[in-house]
Amino acid sequence: MSDYILEMNNISKEFPGVKALSNVNFKVRKGEIHCLVGENGAGKSTLMKVLSGVYPYGTYDGDIVFEGKVQQFNEITDSVKVGIGIIYQELALFPDLTVYENIFAGNELKKGPFVDWNKTIVQATGLLEKVKLKVTPETLIKELGVGKQQLVEIAKALSKDVNLLILDEPTAALNEDDSENLLVLLKELKNQGISCIMISHKLKEVISIADKVTVLRDGQTICTLNASNGEVSENVIIKNMVGRDIEDIYPKRLNKKIGETILELSDWTAYDSQLGRNVVKNVQLEVKKGEIIGIAGLMGSGRTELALSIFGNPKNYKLQGNMKMFGETKELKHTSEAIKAGIAYVTEDRKGDGLFLLQDIKSNVSAAHLKGISTKGILNLNEEVKIGTEYKDSLYIKASSLEQIVGKLSGGNQQKVSLGKWLFTGPKILILDEPTRGIDVGAKFEIYTIMNELINEGMSIIMISSELGEVLGMSDRIYVMAEGSVKGELTMEEATQETIMELATQ
Amino acid sequence: MNFFKEAKALVKANIRDYGMYIALIVIMLTFTIMTNGLFMSSRNISNLLDSAGYIAVLAVGMTLVIVIRHIDLSVGFLAGFLGAIAAIFLTQMGVSVWITIPVILIFGALIGLVNGVLVAKIGIPSFVATLAGMLIFRGALLQVTEKTGTIIIKDDQFNAIGNGFIPSIMQINGLHLLTLLVGLIGILLFVYNEISNRRNKMTYGFEVMSSGLFSAKLVLISAIIGYITWILAGYNGLSWTVIIMIVVVVIYHFLSSKTVLGRHIYAVGSNPEAAHLSGINVQKITYIVFGSMGMLAALSGILFTSRLQSATTTAGTLFELDAIAAAYVGGVSSAGGVGKVTGAIIGAIVMASLSSGMNLLGVGISYQYMIRGGVLAGAVIFDVMTRKQRA
Repeated sequence: MSDYILEMNNISKEFPGVKALSNVNFKVRKGEIHCLVGENGAGKSTLMKVLSGVYPYGTYDGDIVFEGKVQQFNEITDSVKVGIGIIYQELALFPDLTVYENIFAGNELKKGPFVDWNKTIVQATGLLEKVKLKVTPETLIKELGVGKQQLVEIAKALSKDVNLLILDEPTAALNEDDSENLLVLLKELKNQGISCIMISHKLKEVISIADKVTVLRDGQTICTLNASNGEVSENVIIKNMVGRDIEDIYPKRLNKKIGETILELSDWTAYDSQLGRNVVKNVQLEVKKGEIIGIAGLMGSGRTELALSIFGNPKNYKLQGNMKMFGETKELKHTSEAIKAGIAYVTEDRKGDGLFLLQDIKSNVSAAHLKGISTKGILNLNEEVKIGTEYKDSLYIKASSLEQIVGKLSGGNQQKVSLGKWLFTGPKILILDEPTRGIDVGAKFEIYTIMNELINEGMSIIMISSELGEVLGMSDRIYVMAEGSVKGELTMEEATQETIMELATQ
Repeated sequence: MNFFKEAKALVKANIRDYGMYIALIVIMLTFTIMTNGLFMSSRNISNLLDSAGYIAVLAVGMTLVIVIRHIDLSVGFLAGFLGAIAAIFLTQMGVSVWITIPVILIFGALIGLVNGVLVAKIGIPSFVATLAGMLIFRGALLQVTEKTGTIIIKDDQFNAIGNGFIPSIMQINGLHLLTLLVGLIGILLFVYNEISNRRNKMTYGFEVMSSGLFSAKLVLISAIIGYITWILAGYNGLSWTVIIMIVVVVIYHFLSSKTVLGRHIYAVGSNPEAAHLSGINVQKITYIVFGSMGMLAALSGILFTSRLQSATTTAGTLFELDAIAAAYVGGVSSAGGVGKVTGAIIGAIVMASLSSGMNLLGVGISYQYMIRGGVLAGAVIFDVMTRKQRA
């Protein structure tokens, strides 16, 4: 018998147009804490979804061997049955139910046809002791902080007799004390023989807890580092995470002409009253004419929130600080005012809040600037077709016709429609949020080329991206964000993948 | 051969839009055969369209409400209540009909606006907000008719809205001349509009239908308009109700398909977040759509009250559900962003045809409800299936 609890051999997984995983090998020994690291989009979450049965057997290639047996999970319950428990980044608890109800939700203890609540409470008490959570089982989830909720999730996993616990960024939303507690708990579970896979962006935590670290990049296993051999250090991890060279996929920009400052933020702070905290903190930022500003940082670092707070504040943050455009102080109260002022924002989630998926290409392109195809509120539908054709051609949108429903286009073409929609508003500042997420290399190159053309025409671009290669390959200046604030501004001479990662993981 | 290929491709691409027209034709033909032609008689068609009027105008407004992912349950009793208010204005207060009607329409729009504010500004789910409205207007209707009971209206001008016909000028072979003229003008306008659209597209250099298929389309639709006109001209001619229906459809069809406002409505329904990020004021659009719904409810109340020539204590009962059913039969989708005003009218006519045809056949009311329910379910199933095919 091998002493591996889990072996994933040659796992490959393809989505339409994108190869998310190719020949990944990933092995976890019994009773070890194995950290999985990599940039956003490196394939970590996809790999875990393959493991837990979210992507059922047959939709991927390769073998999963768990406790010496080849497994074929058709759904999540199959992986739970053999003892794999997964805790997602987004907690899946019911806020209005009690702790004990949550722990046994979907796995209710029964006496005959009825739920045995007494037994449930007794067992829940035991589990709470195990995870060192000092609350009564009758407490409502919503009365607990995020850190304690995380512990309830672990208790829930333990209630199903897990042998392998998977945690996806468990400390992303926790403060330092809670994170510390959680790490201590994981070590204790390890001593009880429970193996653990942890996905994390916080390298310091990874170093403090991991027995092994596997680095994924672009859907491939780069290396597995062994802590007992002293191989694990921040430098080594970062180098492996970002290690690729910047290839020629970033077209060179000729004759740069950087002009006067057109956007200036000072002490810019945004308070989200729903979350009850500042999502953007004291940001100082300036954008010059004809410049691409890269905003780097990990997910949740406040990049998107910063963009939204500039773009007419659709989430109704409470804003503080000063925003100037062309030297004039601006207060934009609605997205329509931002558009009028010359700002355009291509969203990160093009399907969720970027496009009208059921509508066709031409009406998506015109949607943010219907004034451009109407007189006195009456549309000129022929003009719309003309404009649509222009953008379809100039942005190389591949579709059978302008009447094609946008929901049926590929990711890259959807992104171009989204770009076309915003270019039609005639912006001076174009904010691109993850402009190339989930699209293939060819379409990426086309989007980069378009960006360069726009800059040459005198537009300015703010590019938010998790992909370091892209940030380094395209930007003229880089701001690195973490926890809502700008941790550093780098010139292209200073910026390397390592310096960015260091600032971003602070 | 090419002609049929193109026609087939056209039908296939637009099966969702054409589906209900085909369904309507099938239903009408079936009833015509089963009643030995009685169904298609001038008198029956005229009655059928008049009885569809007050639901059809509600269905038009309801379609837009459903397009922006909401619902309005208050419109039935709102129509009943405002109809009663109109009756009180005309009888007890002696207000002229020319003042009564605009005032009632404005009342309706204002009440609709209140619904819009509750939904968009305060954030109450539209189902609950308008359910409350439904109860309130039901009570209000009882309150204003409590002392008098049914209010009988003796104003001929007002009653003509629901019962009268346009003047005939003269009869030719027993046919209503002005109706024929209106039909002819309708056909000419339609043909002119189509041809100028086509020419316009050609000057832009766009692809257009082949001239063979285009002529076939013109002839077919002109023939349908002509046939309906001819049928109506054989009885009393066009009723004022039908004229009002046509005006409402034309205005709403234009607003929804040819204006910035219409585009914004569909954008909000299609993806509210994306609409907001595209600079569209989602709240304002919600106010406008609910305001228009209120106004159409008032119009529906006027049509119904005038048709009965009186305001009753139960006027408006279940109108909202008939309107919702008509909107769904007409192809609106509860997922938002999809549904046409013209569909709503066809939906209302389908439902009215079912009632009328089954009445002629002497089908019991119990079966009538079941069959109408079945048709509603069938229409939505068809809608879901064709959407799956396209996705």
